[in-house]
Amino acid sequence: MNSEMNYAYYPGCSLESTACEFNASVVAVFKALEVGLHEMEDWNCCGASSAHSVNQNLALALPTRNLAIAQKSGMNVVMPCAACFNRHKTADHTLRNDPEKRSMLEEMVGFNYTGDIAVLTLLEVVGKQIGLERVRSLVKKPLSGLKAVSYYGCLLVRPPEITQFEDPDNPQIMDHILEALGAEPRTWSYATDCCGGGLSLTKPTAAARMVGKLADRAQEAGAQAIVTSCPLCQINLEMRQSGSKSKMPIFFITELLGLAFGLEDAKGWMSKHLISPTTLLKDLNIL
Amino acid sequence: MTDTNLLQQINTLSSQTLQLCYHCHKCTAGCPVAEDMQYGPDRILRMVQLGQKERLLASHDIWLCAACETCGTRCPNEIDIARVMDALRQIAIEEGVTVSEPDALKFHKIFMYGVQMFGRSHEMFLFAAYKLWTMHLMDDMDSGIALITKGKVPIMPSLVKNRAEVSKLFKETQAREQESRGGDSE
Repeated sequence: MNSEMNYAYYPGCSLESTACEFNASVVAVFKALEVGLHEMEDWNCCGASSAHSVNQNLALALPTRNLAIAQKSGMNVVMPCAACFNRHKTADHTLRNDPEKRSMLEEMVGFNYTGDIAVLTLLEVVGKQIGLERVRSLVKKPLSGLKAVSYYGCLLVRPPEITQFEDPDNPQIMDHILEALGAEPRTWSYATDCCGGGLSLTKPTAAARMVGKLADRAQEAGAQAIVTSCPLCQINLEMRQSGSKSKMPIFFITELLGLAFGLEDAKGWMSKHLISPTTLLKDLNIL
Repeated sequence: MTDTNLLQQINTLSSQTLQLCYHCHKCTAGCPVAEDMQYGPDRILRMVQLGQKERLLASHDIWLCAACETCGTRCPNEIDIARVMDALRQIAIEEGVTVSEPDALKFHKIFMYGVQMFGRSHEMFLFAAYKLWTMHLMDDMDSGIALITKGKVPIMPSLVKNRAEVSKLFKETQAREQESRGGDSE
């Protein structure tokens, strides 16, 4: 049944560099789940947070070229990066609902939009389409004792009419995945608060303040780590944590899947972090 | 100076209807960067309604918006304020005004230049060019060195094969803007 599941894969630029462990863990986890992941041919950058600051039509045209590539492949496309997901989902929403923009974009990119392809988050694919039962069946080393908070940030959940993500105020899917892995998700009220990732380089003081608040609240909730599915949140949360308190490791959800599945490569992913999770994982006998 | 066309211009560019705003302040109440702003999102909307173009384009706020979409999600009139901020940024860039957050503008320009050149974002180029242009040479040195030694910022860019196709999207969207502005842009 799982061998029949196939997805087009859009890694995005961050997963080729600062979030290389996200990319490696996505690929390894899908292999373990026996779900086909096919990197899209010649994909381009979606423009991330810059294109929509510069030119509104360009911010739609760049992801539309990728949607045309995905449409040609005939497969639904999975996007681990929250920012890429948001930009492609915005373009898809525009193509679906704005006939004028649609004909402009179709002409620019040179294709006819059919609307047959769905743009999906990694969390939806793993947690809903592949399913928790399948995830549970592969757990070899349960993440017992690991207390973590799920952190979605902004771009997976908002604006809700575009992202079509579950409850934008109280999403649960990541907690369910963590439970399936044997970890202990902690409840907190900041799962969809902004970390200021978009300001990390251009206004670092604001980003540091926002990260500091999240790290403090996570600690108050009894968490030892924060789990995310966004490369921009992950690097911002690692880079802008400061102060005297011990810094909290920031995991990608797929890294925890890989660890619980007992995948050999997982140790290598841990060495890529700016805040090393190794001590925490060794203390818990997970690594 | 009041610009009577501004409201219509922003409505078109952002696909929003700003006349609907009745200033309940819900946007500013929930904005995570409001404390860094001069005005806050609701006053920005009011200034657009009043056509206060010069003040808007010179404001810090339009560059500080993190596009987190908290305000747009909560707005009782369903105004997507982040898209209004985007539209104001676009006009500020096209009109070449002096912006209050030059680092943000430099970042976006370098980012998009890289995408036009390579088809994908090349982080080594982005970080290096940003640091040189803004002269923030020593900022984040520790993280930068760690990222490089951990092999997280490849020296060579990842290239799109059909770069002409990507570059064409830049040219066509720019041409379209110039046309809609009556060819008065540089």
